[in-house]
Amino acid sequence: MASSGSDSQKKTTRKAGAFDIRVFIGSLIGIYGVVLVLVGIFDKDDAQLAKSDDLNINLLAGIGMVIVAAGFITWARLRPVIVPADPDGPPSAGPHGH
Amino acid sequence: MVLAATSELRLDTNWVDYLLIAVYFVFVLGIGVLAKRAVSSSIDFFLSGRSLPAWVTGLAFISANLGAVEIIGMSANGAQFGIPTVHYFWIGAVPAMLFLGVVMMPFYYGSKVRSVPEFMNRRFGPTAHLVNAISFALAQLLIAGINLYLLARIVEIILGWDLWISLLVAAAVVLSYTALGGLSAAIYNEVLQFFVIVAALLPLTIVGLYKLGGYGALKDRIAATPGGADQLSSWPGTNLTGIESPLMSVVGLVFGLGFVLSFGYWTTNFVEVQRAMASSSISAAQRAPIIGAFPKMFIPFIVIFPGMIAGVLVGQVAQAKASGDPNFDYNNSLLYLIRDLLPNGMLGVAIAGLLASFMAGMAANISAFNTVFSYDLWQTYVKKDKPDDYYTRVGRIATVAATLIAIGTAIFASNYTNIMTYLQTLFGFFNAPLFATFILGMFWKRMTPTAGWMGLVGGTLAAVLVGVLSEDALGPMSLGIIGLGGQGASFTAAGAAFFADIAISIVVTMFTQPRPEAELRGLVYSLTPKQDFHDADEGQLSWYQQPNKLAAVGLTMVIILNIIFW
Repeated sequence: MASSGSDSQKKTTRKAGAFDIRVFIGSLIGIYGVVLVLVGIFDKDDAQLAKSDDLNINLLAGIGMVIVAAGFITWARLRPVIVPADPDGPPSAGPHGH
Repeated sequence: MVLAATSELRLDTNWVDYLLIAVYFVFVLGIGVLAKRAVSSSIDFFLSGRSLPAWVTGLAFISANLGAVEIIGMSANGAQFGIPTVHYFWIGAVPAMLFLGVVMMPFYYGSKVRSVPEFMNRRFGPTAHLVNAISFALAQLLIAGINLYLLARIVEIILGWDLWISLLVAAAVVLSYTALGGLSAAIYNEVLQFFVIVAALLPLTIVGLYKLGGYGALKDRIAATPGGADQLSSWPGTNLTGIESPLMSVVGLVFGLGFVLSFGYWTTNFVEVQRAMASSSISAAQRAPIIGAFPKMFIPFIVIFPGMIAGVLVGQVAQAKASGDPNFDYNNSLLYLIRDLLPNGMLGVAIAGLLASFMAGMAANISAFNTVFSYDLWQTYVKKDKPDDYYTRVGRIATVAATLIAIGTAIFASNYTNIMTYLQTLFGFFNAPLFATFILGMFWKRMTPTAGWMGLVGGTLAAVLVGVLSEDALGPMSLGIIGLGGQGASFTAAGAAFFADIAISIVVTMFTQPRPEAELRGLVYSLTPKQDFHDADEGQLSWYQQPNKLAAVGLTMVIILNIIFW
């Protein structure tokens, strides 16, 4: 729980950084969204559009994914995961791999 | 399940689709590498669980189950039966998940066991433990192989790769991230997978409904098929159960599917429970399945609905429905719909979603297998008292071995698909009596170790007996003596297992010696102080963090959904 990083622990905590799954989800869905928006704008093949009765689903889904991705990244920025640094060992237990 | 051998399902992919699929695999492997780094850096994200929020374990909880059977099978049921398929979610999953969180998780978490079979060992001793651990481990290997086969098959069908190549590539990907990052890599990938699947199936559903002209038009078109309006209301679901009497159909659904089958699966299957057990506190462990229940309620709308849409929109499926062809394989419905509706771009997302779902299913089987193998079989019966890193090594070797066995099983499955289906049914029978034994053992302190294993064995045999007597549950091994087939047969088998287990357990307990009460603290309700089952700070949590209140909200919502789709 993010809330477990209480005030008394503040000195021995750190942000989870790159290994925050929300950043991963946001990045993947974001890349998908951007690619789909580009395809939706530039690839106007009639046969492809006819599949969905001219609903440009690439563009719509792409916009939706960009919004969702932005939501995840914002969430991760506003409430970063606080990880208690090794509570059993000394605080200088060596560099963490992030 | 059998997928089509036709090349008509070859999807018209271009470089954009392959790019999107490749990006997904980069993320999957990236999670494996980063999870390994986190493990080696003295903070184990997973075992400490202090940074693993409840929404992550909750989504992993349902994603582990969101595999091939769920996506392909439930959309096929949607195409064939329509709305009654929702029972697999609203009756067959959500109540059991809430029950697991509210009632059973405190036992699992409070007793500090590392696996479900280990709970069996503490409560009933080695014989029940061996029955449970070995049948579970074997079933996981089998199911991992089936998942791998289905994954390779789908790649063969839609991309035209050779079955061999896709088999080995898929196995290598799953092996690399589970062996590198272990359970935490599997869990993080399951969460990522959940969002990719939604990103694939939600637009597919939207396009389908748009093409038909909305849900009302879908209903009209479905009502006009020979299956009629039965396909549009969830109760009594006679077309799904194959039980003609509406009353008995409801009994079969509520008791067979809703109570015995689903409680057996969701509350004792370590693949699921493992995700929740990894949490940081009792209330977080309780919340995992409860939080998972909320998205689970809405998955039918992006899995069953595409099946129903395919049933009227896709030529092949609609023809089969109109002519009532009993031999038509509905398992291809979702693939047909993807082929017909999605343009390049979304097509790549859809393929990534399907691959994600199949891989995560296999990874979940393998990560549950290596825990049970290392702790419950190797550490308990072969090599005790070795240092902790020894068992981590055993776990890594078990992961490699399990993957190799899964490849072998997958090759076997590609030649003998029917045998695999019946074997899977057979292993399902081991699951049926587990819930009875667990719930009796948790609430009846007198129940003896002998009753524990005899109930399990007797219950399993009762289920096998019903399977043999039924019309088709075990294929050629079924004799057809009782007039039950399809889902009705499996509901009845599970019910028989439940009652046989309870009856045998009670009778055997009367004649055998119970364990001393001092050994049962944390394992039996009446012998465990209340504070063992709750966190000290539970009173300070806000209402949505308290398991019981959250579960009450979930139960209310699923009842409302049932009423809307009555």
